[in-house]
Amino acid sequence: MSRKFLSGNEAFAEGIRLARPEVISAYPITPQTIVVERLSEMVEDGSLKAEYVHVESEHSALSCAIGASAAGARAFTATSSQGLLYMAECLYYAAGGRFPIVMMNADRSTALPWNIYGDQRDSLSQLDSGWIQAYAENAQEALDLALMSYKIAENKAVSTPFMANLDGFVLTHTYETVEIPDREQADRFLPPYETDNRIDFDDPKNMAFSAGPDTNYIFKYREHEGVLAAKAVIAETEKEFAEIFGRQYTGLTESYLTEDADYILITLGSIAGLCRETADKLRSRGVKAGVLRIRYMRPFPNEEIARELKNAKGYGVLEKDISFGNEGAVYTNVNSALKKAGLTIKGGNFIGGLGGRNISAADIEGIFADIADGKDGVHFLGIGGSDNG
Amino acid sequence: MANKTAESISREEFFYGHKACAGCGGSLAVRAALKVLGKNAVSVLPAGCMSAVGFNFPQLCFSNNSIISTFAGTASMLTGVEAGLRAKGYKDFTAVGFAGDGGTADIGIQALSGAIDRNDNIIYICYDNEAYMNTGIQKSGLTPFGAKTTTTPAGRNIHGNIRPKKNMFEIAAAHDIPYAATASVGYLPDFIAKVKKASQIQGTKYIHVIAPCPTGWGVAPDETVEIAKEAVDSGLWYLAEYENGRFTLNHKPKEFTSVEAYLKKQGRFRHLDDEDIRVITESRDKKWEHINSSFEYSGK
Repeated sequence: MSRKFLSGNEAFAEGIRLARPEVISAYPITPQTIVVERLSEMVEDGSLKAEYVHVESEHSALSCAIGASAAGARAFTATSSQGLLYMAECLYYAAGGRFPIVMMNADRSTALPWNIYGDQRDSLSQLDSGWIQAYAENAQEALDLALMSYKIAENKAVSTPFMANLDGFVLTHTYETVEIPDREQADRFLPPYETDNRIDFDDPKNMAFSAGPDTNYIFKYREHEGVLAAKAVIAETEKEFAEIFGRQYTGLTESYLTEDADYILITLGSIAGLCRETADKLRSRGVKAGVLRIRYMRPFPNEEIARELKNAKGYGVLEKDISFGNEGAVYTNVNSALKKAGLTIKGGNFIGGLGGRNISAADIEGIFADIADGKDGVHFLGIGGSDNG
Repeated sequence: MANKTAESISREEFFYGHKACAGCGGSLAVRAALKVLGKNAVSVLPAGCMSAVGFNFPQLCFSNNSIISTFAGTASMLTGVEAGLRAKGYKDFTAVGFAGDGGTADIGIQALSGAIDRNDNIIYICYDNEAYMNTGIQKSGLTPFGAKTTTTPAGRNIHGNIRPKKNMFEIAAAHDIPYAATASVGYLPDFIAKVKKASQIQGTKYIHVIAPCPTGWGVAPDETVEIAKEAVDSGLWYLAEYENGRFTLNHKPKEFTSVEAYLKKQGRFRHLDDEDIRVITESRDKKWEHINSSFEYSGK
């Protein structure tokens, strides 16, 4: 193990180096670009043996990765925002073909208006594409996710592509001290990719075929089962990861002071740290505040959310997303989890951080106050406030 | 042109049992090319006629490894397949793409350009039936001037398609690709020889083969080969190669057959008037001025 002072992007690239992808398709887009830059340097200096392909678009980046995966190779690519939307067709394709590609997405605002800063409208718009979706909070988690992602995605019961999301700039460009596992340990944790879902010269295959109305649904059902199977595989993988590397992760969600909390703020990504600090502050004033960080949006932590919220008086969902004409996608999913569990707790949806707008500690305190007031419905942070009318 | 006989190519079939229309020129091109490339060919086919007729689970019609790509992604998936197989240590294989005219000249041109730019070791074969036939005969960037399609109707005001074909052969050549060629299923031995040659060249290879669609062209199913031959004989298509920075003409008709006769045989051109035919003949002559002045002739 070594320690390095790395940005989120660089930490993720270190994790990918340890995961030994055999084909990398690279196309630049802010704020992801540093990942593919670092990987090109690793290929150049020989510390990563991979075919590094300079594709001419994000569509080709994922199409190339699908081809490589169909050849039985471990494939990696990375994107963000408009790039994710441009390759959207291939997201569904990779998932339907059960190709366990790993892709890092630097969560970024979507045009219009143009904006390069972080929010989660890009990845959350692709929840239905069939990918596992993880959201990292910090650079260490980003690195560890990079290593774990292949093990989860490539598990035979799962065989599903994996999107690791890092908040644009706030995480991708922020430097932290990161522990980098040893190569031998990483190799012990993650063996080479083995699959039957590949081109085979001894037993030739017709892949990525059509399936009509009589059989199509069976393939879709199996795809659904694959993503659901990831729940148990994520737990197993984190257990094994902790045994080898000593860092313990907590599955689809991460709870903070939720056990006896009256008011729980649910969020995802890098803002969770400030939410926890705010909860501490409120606790010191006697307010029983807690935070539930969603680590995986797919498979969705229905049971975990219901379990953590069952004794709460109120909750809020803070997300960097809005599904125009309705509410944030995370809020919709959380409410569904509560309904399925028969819970009728009041909760509101707090839309913040769009286009990289800062979410302050005061904003989060305000959200907890709104939760305590039993506020429901959709609220855009800042709208109607003193700073911008 | 190489002098091939039926005996000199493999009897093995790699593409059969499919649902292509009777007389399909595209399936003939795919079948012949795979006979040349053999069992270690890995074919990539985008959404289009050949994938629509060949990959209907559980009726899967390729006996070599084959995969459907996204419509725009023939070349990019070929890149990935080639890189992936190479990364896994395979050496004896050919990554070959079969895309139609729309999949090549329109939606797939960006990925194709990228692959040629990287000089990926792939063969890209465009089977050109001159319209989006799979979706029901709509105009593509390779639909010729005057052709009636379901999106370029022949009426009193507009006589079908108003634009000439894109010159994909010279677009590929402009990348300084290691090998590019034109072909026609009407001159099958020439096409087969070009596929063979392409399989022996390192880097990106592009072969553009005219492959008539009786359904879309309005000819009888048993006229596919004849009309594909006549496209060449009338001078509206030509057999050529690009290699080492030079263009070579492989076949020079002593005298062109009648443009009008070629056009009027086909339902898609039947509406053309004398003026339209004059325009088409003039553009053919201009093309041949260019060919005669800048292509070397490989024949005698």
